[in-house]
Amino acid sequence: MTTVRIPAQLRTLTAGAGELSIDGSTVGEVLVALDGAHAGFAERLFDESGGLRRFVNVFVDEEDVRFLDGLATPLTPGQTISIVPAVAGG
Amino acid sequence: MDFVSGLRCRECGRGYPAEALHVCDFCFGPLEVTYDYEKIASVVTRERIEAGPRSIWRYADLLPVHDAAPVDLGAGFTPLVRADRLASELGLGELWIKDDTANPTGSFKDRVVSVALTKARQLGFKVAACASTGNLANSVAAHAARAGMDSIVLIPHDLERAKVTMTAVYGGTLVAVEGSYDDVNRLCAELTSEQPDWAFVNVNVRTYYAEGSKTLAFEVAEQLGWQAPDHVVVPIGSGSQLTKVAKGFRELWQVGLLDEEPSVRVSGAQAEGCSPVATAFAEGTDAIRPVKPNTIAKSLAIGNPADGWYALDAIRSSGGSCASVTDAEVLDGIGLLARTEGIFAETAGGVTIATLAKLAAQGAIRADERVVAMVTGHGLKTAEALTGVVGPTATIAPTLESFGDALGDQLNTIRSQRSS
Repeated sequence: MTTVRIPAQLRTLTAGAGELSIDGSTVGEVLVALDGAHAGFAERLFDESGGLRRFVNVFVDEEDVRFLDGLATPLTPGQTISIVPAVAGG
Repeated sequence: MDFVSGLRCRECGRGYPAEALHVCDFCFGPLEVTYDYEKIASVVTRERIEAGPRSIWRYADLLPVHDAAPVDLGAGFTPLVRADRLASELGLGELWIKDDTANPTGSFKDRVVSVALTKARQLGFKVAACASTGNLANSVAAHAARAGMDSIVLIPHDLERAKVTMTAVYGGTLVAVEGSYDDVNRLCAELTSEQPDWAFVNVNVRTYYAEGSKTLAFEVAEQLGWQAPDHVVVPIGSGSQLTKVAKGFRELWQVGLLDEEPSVRVSGAQAEGCSPVATAFAEGTDAIRPVKPNTIAKSLAIGNPADGWYALDAIRSSGGSCASVTDAEVLDGIGLLARTEGIFAETAGGVTIATLAKLAAQGAIRADERVVAMVTGHGLKTAEALTGVVGPTATIAPTLESFGDALGDQLNTIRSQRSS
């Protein structure tokens, strides 16, 4: 199981839950499974080509997946995924 | 009363009320303040502005918050200095330095924080917070103290000593995070979800905060006699300042404060050790790849710039350019500005001046242009970057003989310069 942290903006989709446990062997699988469990995530997280929208940042244990293998980044049990809006800072 | 009509997503266009919102719930795009420009145009005049306070608040009609007593330490209306000696070294014609080192806490961040905390207070927030590379930390801690608000400031653990002291002295909570600025920023974005009662100036209040940077453009135009320059050079950290400077000139035209439609080329300056926008510009792509920063220009060390896309767009659509400079060039830039114009800039200012020099040498900035370079932070903040670079000409015993021995030759040179 992977822990997924949900930002405030998307908690309307999870009945207010800020953290969920989801199965999947890659970041992409977990995010698709997240949409299966709580409909609405996919259209918010992914663009038309299936990649992450440009203002959606996804981290695995504090590392931006763009420094890893993106949505193909493999997961080991116990890791945490954070979904974070990119619009902050500076 | 202000002239804000609401907030709108820059990506998908969805509308939102003017509350503490910064991200579109649907696509995560940034929210932008929208104004009733017709109404602004019907009240704003040059005379009305010129009769206002000598601070950013003289432009209140074009800011996202009005308040009879804003959270204010006197940010803005900093000197615009004609820089002929620097211009002649660089082969340029009419060059001006916007000297934002003169702000209350020594950087342009006072502009954005004064706006952000004034709005935050109106929205009912009691706690001011931020993720910072240093300058914002200084400004948030100071303005929160001024407003009687609590402050919670998060910084990377390896900041310059002066920036840590200049934050801690105001008595708020200061947390040093073992990580880069991008780590601090992610942590704050997550904290915002858990602590909705805190006004993170550059997270949940960012929509308002960012608008404060427009005042740089407003002041430059007013100080040039209500004319826009031909070319501005702006440092890029998150990309917000550059984007808002470009917007500022457009707004002045939109509300009728300029006689001629501005055509300002906007160029960006980055340090080579953190140049995601300059790299995308050079490669001609829209994709801004995040980087792990490694530069002495820590205030610009944002590897994942939130407004990078928009900065790139503002540069390209205005016919501007973008370049990056090495740390050695940054130090040269600091020295060059100090030596020719008597202005001591922090490392980010060194980035701006070194990039100005580089773009001038490339011909991207021309001698027939009226050019303004934004120098956005004071050198004392990053004095340690100059350790071993500048220092006493000589260290001597307190005797005439020792003075003569150490400086004899140099004195002859100085004397001959005076008599020539």
